Amino acid sequence: MTETWIILGATSGMARAFARDRAARGASLILCGRDMDDMQASAADALARGAAATEVMAIDIRKPETFTPILDRAASLAGLINVAVFVGSMPAQSDVDDNPGLIAGTVTDNLAGPATFLHRIAPMLEARGGGFVVGVSSVSGDRGRLSNYVYGAAKSGFSTYLSGYRNRMARSGVHVMTVKPGPVDTAMTYGMGKLPFMTTPEAVAADIARGLQKRRRILYTAPIWRLIMTVIRLIPEPIFMKTRF
Amino acid sequence: MTPRRKPADLSGWGRALRASMDVSRPDRLADITCAPLTGPAIGARRSYGDAALRGQGMATDMTRLDRISGFDPRTGLAEVEAGARLGDLLAAFSRHGWMPKVLPGTGHATLGGAIALDVHGKNHHRDGSFGQHLAGLTLLLASGEQRQITPADDLFAATLGGLGQTGIVLRARLQLAKCPGNAARVTENRADGLDEHLSLLDDPKADYCVGWLDATASGADLGRGIVEVAKLVASEVRARPAGRKVPFDAPAFALSPPVVRLFNRAYFGRVPAEGRSIIRPVSDFFFPLDRIGDWNRLYGRRGFHQFQCVIPDRNIAALREMLARIAASGLASPLAVLKRMGAGRAGLISFPAEGYTLAVDFPNSRAAAALIATLHDLTRAAEGRIYFAKDSLCPPELVPAMYPELPRWQALVAEADPERTLLTDLVRRLKLREAP
Repeated sequence: MTETWIILGATSGMARAFARDRAARGASLILCGRDMDDMQASAADALARGAAATEVMAIDIRKPETFTPILDRAASLAGLINVAVFVGSMPAQSDVDDNPGLIAGTVTDNLAGPATFLHRIAPMLEARGGGFVVGVSSVSGDRGRLSNYVYGAAKSGFSTYLSGYRNRMARSGVHVMTVKPGPVDTAMTYGMGKLPFMTTPEAVAADIARGLQKRRRILYTAPIWRLIMTVIRLIPEPIFMKTRF
Repeated sequence: MTPRRKPADLSGWGRALRASMDVSRPDRLADITCAPLTGPAIGARRSYGDAALRGQGMATDMTRLDRISGFDPRTGLAEVEAGARLGDLLAAFSRHGWMPKVLPGTGHATLGGAIALDVHGKNHHRDGSFGQHLAGLTLLLASGEQRQITPADDLFAATLGGLGQTGIVLRARLQLAKCPGNAARVTENRADGLDEHLSLLDDPKADYCVGWLDATASGADLGRGIVEVAKLVASEVRARPAGRKVPFDAPAFALSPPVVRLFNRAYFGRVPAEGRSIIRPVSDFFFPLDRIGDWNRLYGRRGFHQFQCVIPDRNIAALREMLARIAASGLASPLAVLKRMGAGRAGLISFPAEGYTLAVDFPNSRAAAALIATLHDLTRAAEGRIYFAKDSLCPPELVPAMYPELPRWQALVAEADPERTLLTDLVRRLKLREAP
């Protein structure tokens, strides 16, 4: 029986690579995002690469009413449902400093929207008693850094949400994996200068695949970021306050 | 939304030519179709010289536009975005029993690059060039207008091998070929000298045929090498895991003449005198060097030049002269290839022409440049031509005689890109768009 994945934020670079990885395994894909033309192109690509079936559905993470058709579609699926959440947005910290009005949207895109969707689909996953949820957070959520703390705060909230969600869902046999990527070479980071330990969307997708196989709970990608963030978390606050990164 | 630009210092695969440019890398076709173009498209930059460079200008990196837009497993007709890598397409389509009919020596090259250089493969003598297996393409003109082009259109022949000067190829429709399995049966035979080498290469029955040349051999051994003849077979073999990367720029002695002579002698001796036949995964057969990531770093920081020409049969003596000069110079690297070519080409200034093609790598040095200048003159005198995908040194005044259809191409390009938005460093260096 083929596995079905609902992929939110399907136009993101990482989601595209993940969809390809699942397609090559013969999965059925439901791609959800805003740019329908782009998702149609990705859906055709997935089909040519081995996906059993593909469909695309519109979602705007800031408009919870757009979740309903997707949830209805999920309810009509037979068998286990898997969900991967790649939605998010990262305004530059300097833009946020100039316009604090951006904060609300950042929190919606990275936390309130995805959490609302996951909460609404939870009973359906619990009823079926299995499947995977992949939630893409960020290493930025592990500590509030001067250069990116609004995005970091939203991702921190999402990591915390996923931690509790994992506890809840595990009771019904649903495995929830939090993915914390470091910098990934996507459109979001393109042109931001040289970032440390940058990885590629394809490497992230391969790490996620391995993580799912091993039923990892928290996955850092590239893996070096687990070590780096452990060290960063250990820096005492008085010293951390003096850092500028 | 226009995607962000990034200043980048880039080089061609040979790393001898470099350029500072501003590069955007769109994820979606809509990112580039929304406005007039600002510069040429670039792909994986596997051309050796400056075909994918645009110094002090803007370029669009197409590598993220790499999706298969449509595929019919019954007919083998596929539509693919231009940034897709050919090795990736081989892997994706061979699952369904299909493959691109023409594959160059690296799977990292993109579809758009294969079109811009109208590349050829080890089957050129039978199956022609890459562009001869396209059913059409979607071209974005400099003005922002999109056109569907078929081989019947004049712009098709100007675009294939056209160095990106007619517009940005967004998608192309490929007629794939049947692929029996994922393995090739490769028969290797020694050729003890040039005459034997040329006659072994001239095998019209071979599906795929290519010769490795010991460019250090001289005297009676001049032109010796190993000829590989291959056929795709229905067996399934396990692909070997990815090879290693070259982690740093090698020092100069790594490819010094004694090392190269020793290596070549060993490589030649590897194949028994009576020849041998082996089964290899197709990807290893088509893309042997892709197993060594970043192998261009073996040539050190200064990089290298590749000289590639095709010489018509009637002037084949020139080939012997070239090989003698190369051997006497002691400058060649182990990477030297001889191949029989047919007449097939899809574009007005595509490289392929009937004859024998010779490709040799030289570490970048003043002596190598001087030797290559001699080889250019010999090519010209022999009514041959050089390959733009490899060139970094050719004097512009030699080009018009090598490419008699250049004026026709220039007229079509002037119409497609009147503002000269799409110039590349190669086109500027060789004055390809200037009236002689």
